[in-house]
Amino acid sequence: MSQTLSASTLLIVPLAPLLGSALAGVFGTQFGGNWIGRRLSHSLTILGVLVAFIVSAMTLKSVALDGARFNETLYTWMVVGGLKMEVGFLVDGLTAMMMCVVTFVSLMVHLYTIGYMEEDEGYNRFFSYISLFTFSMLMLVMSNNMLQLFFGWEAVGLVSYLLIGFWFNKPTAIFANMKAFLVNRVGDFGFILGIGLIAAFAGTLNYTEAFAKAADLAQMSFPGTDWMLVTVICICLFIGAMGKSAQFPLHVWLPDSMEGPTPISALIHAATMVTAGIFMVARMSPLFELSDTALNFILIIGSITALFMGFLGIIQNDIKRVVAYSTLSQLGYMTVALGASAYSVAVFHLMTHAFFKALLFLAAGSVIMGVHHNQDIRWMGGLKKYMPITWITSLLGSLALIGTPLFSGFYSKDSIIEAVHESHLPAAGFASFAVLAGVFVTAFYSFRMYFLVFHGKERFDQNPDAHNHHDDHGHHDAHDGPHESPWVVTVPLILLAIPSVVIGFLTIGPMLFGDFFKDAIFVNLEKHPAMEELAHVFHGPLQMAVHAFTSLPLWLAVSGVATAYYMYMVNPALPTAIKRNAMPLFTLLENKYYLDWFNENVLARGARALGMGLWKVGDQAIIDGTLVNGSWKLVGWVSGVVCKVQTGYLYHYALAMILGIFVLMTYFVWLK
Amino acid sequence: MTLTLGHFLSLGAMLFALSVVGIFLNRRNLIVLLMAIELMLLAVNTNFVAFSYYLHDMQGQIFVFFILTVAAAESAIGLAILVLLFRNKSSISVDELNTLKG
Repeated sequence: MSQTLSASTLLIVPLAPLLGSALAGVFGTQFGGNWIGRRLSHSLTILGVLVAFIVSAMTLKSVALDGARFNETLYTWMVVGGLKMEVGFLVDGLTAMMMCVVTFVSLMVHLYTIGYMEEDEGYNRFFSYISLFTFSMLMLVMSNNMLQLFFGWEAVGLVSYLLIGFWFNKPTAIFANMKAFLVNRVGDFGFILGIGLIAAFAGTLNYTEAFAKAADLAQMSFPGTDWMLVTVICICLFIGAMGKSAQFPLHVWLPDSMEGPTPISALIHAATMVTAGIFMVARMSPLFELSDTALNFILIIGSITALFMGFLGIIQNDIKRVVAYSTLSQLGYMTVALGASAYSVAVFHLMTHAFFKALLFLAAGSVIMGVHHNQDIRWMGGLKKYMPITWITSLLGSLALIGTPLFSGFYSKDSIIEAVHESHLPAAGFASFAVLAGVFVTAFYSFRMYFLVFHGKERFDQNPDAHNHHDDHGHHDAHDGPHESPWVVTVPLILLAIPSVVIGFLTIGPMLFGDFFKDAIFVNLEKHPAMEELAHVFHGPLQMAVHAFTSLPLWLAVSGVATAYYMYMVNPALPTAIKRNAMPLFTLLENKYYLDWFNENVLARGARALGMGLWKVGDQAIIDGTLVNGSWKLVGWVSGVVCKVQTGYLYHYALAMILGIFVLMTYFVWLK
Repeated sequence: MTLTLGHFLSLGAMLFALSVVGIFLNRRNLIVLLMAIELMLLAVNTNFVAFSYYLHDMQGQIFVFFILTVAAAESAIGLAILVLLFRNKSSISVDELNTLKG
C-alpha cells in the first residue's frame, strides 16, 4: 500500500517516548533506587521525544508530498468470536498532522520543564509522566482500530490524573485529579457504549471495516425503538468526546486541572489531550455524517461551550484559569466546526490552537516563575520591561488567539465562523450567534489578561498574600523583582511563537481546500455543503486576510481589545463599578453558573444517597437480611420442626416405613 | 377342597399382618420384635414358595434359601446387639430404647 512508510519506522514514534519514560520512571525514582540523575533522565526522555518528532516530521513529509499511506495491523492481541482485537497503525493526513503536533508540543514542553521544574523533588517522575503521555497520545492518534483508540484514550486520562495530582500532598490537587477522573469516567462510559454498539452491529473494531459498513448501519434502528442506530452511536461517541474535550456540561474538570504544574497544563490540558475528542469525531466523520440529529447536538453543545465558558474567562483572576477557560471556549469552537460538518476546519483549528495555546500556557508559566509563583493577575502588571521575551511571545499568542488577520488563529477561527454560517442544520443559527459573540468575548478576556500582566502599574509587591503560594514548589526570595526566565523556558516560547504566527497562512490551502485530508475525513457534500461553499469564497490566504477587514468578526475582536484597553488601562475604576452594579450576574459567573455546586450537591450527594439507600435496602435488608440470613433461618426452623418427628422409638420409625410403603404401593398399583 | 394359590397368599398376608401388628403393639420386649421380623420374612417366603409351585419356576424356592440364610444371620446379629444392649442398659424394653435419633 505504501512505498515509503514501514511499520518498523512508525513503531519508533510511540516506542521512543515510552522507552524514555520507562527509563526515567523506573531508574530515576526511588522505585528503582535513583540510579540515574536529573540530567540523564531529562536527556533520555527528551531524546525519546526528539526521535519521535523527527520520525513524525519525516512521516508528515512523505504523507503530504508523496501521498504515502499506511494502514496495517501489526499484532493481533486476541480474537473473541468474530471480533478481532488488534494493534495497528493508520497513517494518513490527519494522523500525520496530529503526530507532528503532539511530538512538537511535547518536545517544547519537555525542554521548558527543565527550567520550570528545576527545584522540584519529583523532577524525574515528571519527565517520566510527560513522556508516557506522549506515548499514550501517539497510540491514540496512530491507531487503526477503536480498541487501540480506547487504550490511548484511557492512557492519556490516566496520565492526566497522575499529573494533575502531581503535587500529591496538596489537598486541592488531589480533589482536582479525582474530579477530572470521575468526570472523564462519565464521558468514557458513553464512549465505550458507542464503541460497543459499533462492535455489536458492524462486527468489527477496525476503522476501515467499520466505515465500509456505515451505509448498512444507517439503515438500522436501535433495537426496541425507532431511533436511528447511527444517531445513538454518534451521540454515545460524542459523549466520550465531551468528557475528554471538556464540553459543557462535562467541562468542570478542566479549570480545576490547573492545579497541576504549568507545563502539563500546556501539553495535556490545552494542546493535545483535550483535543482527542475533536480528533476522534473527525476520524469518525463517516459515521457522524449520517446523523443530522447528532450533528445538531454537537453544534448546540459546542456553541454553549464556546460562548458561556468565554464569559467565565472574563472574571477569573488566576492567570492559568483565564487561559483554561479560553481553552474551553476554543474547544467549543472546534466542536461547533465538527457540528457544521467542517471536520477539516475543526482539525485545522485544533492544530493552530495547539501551538498558540501551548505558547500562552508556557508564557503564563514563565510569568508565574518571573513573579515568584504568584498566579493572581491583579498582583502583576508592568512585566513588559522585565520579561521581554515572554511579553512578545504572549502578545503574539494572544493576537493569534483573538484572530488577528495573517496570524494562525485568524484562519482557523474565521473558517469556523464561515462554516457555521453556511451550515443548513437547524441549530446553526444559535451556533452562528454564539461563535460571533465568542469572538468579542475572547478578545476581551485575552487582552484583559495581557494588559493586566504586562502593562499598567507594577503591582507585584502589593500582593497581600504573597506567601500563600498557589503554585507552591519553589522558594525564591520574595523581595527580588520579576526576572526573565532562563533560556530553556524562552526557547520553547520562541519556537512555539513561530508556528502560532505563520502556520495558518501556510497550511490553510492544502488542509482545508486541498486534498490533504481527502481520505481521512468524509463529508456528505449534498447534505452538508458548508465546506464546499467555503471553498467557493476562498481565494488564497492573503485575500482572506484582506477580506477580513470588511467582515464582522475582525471588528468584534477589535472592539473586544478596545474595551479591555479602556477598562483596564484607561479607566481602571470601571470594572469595579460594573461589578458593583451587576452583582447577581457577577455572582453567577463567580460560581461558574453553579455547575460545581450542582454537581457536588445534587449529583454527588444524590449518588451517595442512592448508594446509601441501595446499601441499606438492597444490600443489608434484601440480600443480607432476607436472602442470606433468611435462608439459614428458614432451614433452621424447618429442621427444628422435622427434628420432633424423630422420636427415637423404633415402632414410630417402623410405622413411618409401613405407611410409606402403603402410599407407594397405592400409587403404583392403583393410581398409575 | 383343593388348595389354590389364593389360600397360600391369604396365609402369607395373614402372617405378615400379624407380624406388623406384633411390631407396633409390642412395647415391652425387644426379642418379640425380632421374632415378629422373622415372622414377616417367613410370610414372604410362603409367598415365594407358593408362586414358585404354581408357576413351575424353581427360582422362587432357591430365593427362599437365600432369605432364610440372611434371616438367620440377621437374627444372630440382632441377638448379639440385644445382649450388648442389655449389658449396657439392663433392660430390653422397647419403650426405654429411644436413643436412635439425630
